Amino acid sequence: MSEIPSELRFMASHEWIRVENDGTAYVGISDHAQSALGDLVYVELPEVGDTITAGDEAGVVESVKAASDIYAPLTGEVVAINEALNDNPELVNSDPYGDGWIYRIRMADPEELEDLLSAEEYAEQIEEEADDQAED
Amino acid sequence: MGHKTPLYSAHLASHAKIVDFGGWDMPIHYGSQIEEHNAVRTSVGMFDVSHMTIVDVTGADAKRWLQKLLANDVERLLEPGKALYTAMCNEQGGIIDDLIVYRMAVGYRMVVNCATREKDMAWMQKQLVGFDAQIRHQDQLAIIAVQGPRAVQKTADVLGNAYATAIAQLKTFHGIPVGEWFISRTGYTGEDGLELMLPAAAAESIWRSLLEHGVRPCGLGARDTLRLEAGMNLYGSDMDETISPLEAGMGWTLAWQPEMRRFIGRDALEAQKAAGVARAFTGLVMAGKGVLRGHQKVRTSLGEGETTSGTFSPTLGYAIALARLPAGASGEAEVEIRGKWQPVKIVKPPFVRNGKCVHS
Repeated sequence: MSEIPSELRFMASHEWIRVENDGTAYVGISDHAQSALGDLVYVELPEVGDTITAGDEAGVVESVKAASDIYAPLTGEVVAINEALNDNPELVNSDPYGDGWIYRIRMADPEELEDLLSAEEYAEQIEEEADDQAED
Repeated sequence: MGHKTPLYSAHLASHAKIVDFGGWDMPIHYGSQIEEHNAVRTSVGMFDVSHMTIVDVTGADAKRWLQKLLANDVERLLEPGKALYTAMCNEQGGIIDDLIVYRMAVGYRMVVNCATREKDMAWMQKQLVGFDAQIRHQDQLAIIAVQGPRAVQKTADVLGNAYATAIAQLKTFHGIPVGEWFISRTGYTGEDGLELMLPAAAAESIWRSLLEHGVRPCGLGARDTLRLEAGMNLYGSDMDETISPLEAGMGWTLAWQPEMRRFIGRDALEAQKAAGVARAFTGLVMAGKGVLRGHQKVRTSLGEGETTSGTFSPTLGYAIALARLPAGASGEAEVEIRGKWQPVKIVKPPFVRNGKCVHS
């Protein structure tokens, strides 16, 4: 079973968000998402200084199997990107919630956090997805 | 729920991720597609390909019938056991399927694709009219492909006895019957290896023995990256009924001599050849970051074309693709990835053979 840290928030499209004390937040993709994609071979990162809007595409992760957009969970400015992923995209597979973070954003509107899923809600969603697949 | 091969429970025991593949529940990987890929390039891996269709042909007219049905000529199979790669075309020269045909002690054996099984069988049945030939789908057989530089030795060691003796004398692209088994030195990876066709009831215990002796189970994901590196076509991606062998890099499989052999599709293919083939099948490599995929637009100095399948090459460390481009295009080109044009180089496949980079 995939790991879902309780202190994180999630998007239905499988991004996670870790809020820091300084008004910034880290963004990555969930353990469930990296497992579904398989071995990652390329991560297209946003650029530092980019302003992104919640719901927009902010990057792409590509595995040997497929490409998948990474959506922005929050509106704000990109203040850091995980450049280690340029040479080691597999960090997203091995440590999706740690060394495999993708970018860091300065939140323009922390109230947007309310629109995101809690760890529990996200766990329910992926369980439902699994049930749907089993019925096929 | 899809069809299951006799090895389904063995896959679950090895923690396979199962996906639907042409109506079959098949392993896509057992944890890491890249590690499975590398195992085949450097050591040995095995694939369950029991979903593929084995069709035996017998009868007094078996040979004459196959000479009409197939674009390559079974006359080339000078001795029992020898294998031939060929297209089966429709009257328009489009590819109904690609397949391998073996000459057996009596008759012939074909191995055709899984997703095309029903239409292939229907087409063959239709073409049998007027011939004293019979076809039989051997669905009681499973197929295990053991592939990699250590595959032949490892399989011989594990099977022992009569099998090892048979394997020791197998030349590349030949098969040999051992009791109810048929063992061939063939594959879809660009490495040395064997394909074991064996009774379904025996498949799981053989699979487990190979596993215990260090043969790594590999899923269809690794099978796809391996065949792409080897520059081998995949039916449904690189070719279909609208594409002729001349446009799919399969011109070498067309046996034009003797002229009196009028195989199905020959007239159309002769006309296409005489008029000049507008599209050529070739390879692309991309030095920059990103991954080539099927159905991306390609821009060359001679006009536009399309990738037919693409992937990140685990062996080379960059993206590769097979593509259909305007005939004569060479050198630099561009591929559209998510709205941006990325530079690529046109090369002649294969990309990798026996673990080494071989593209120009």
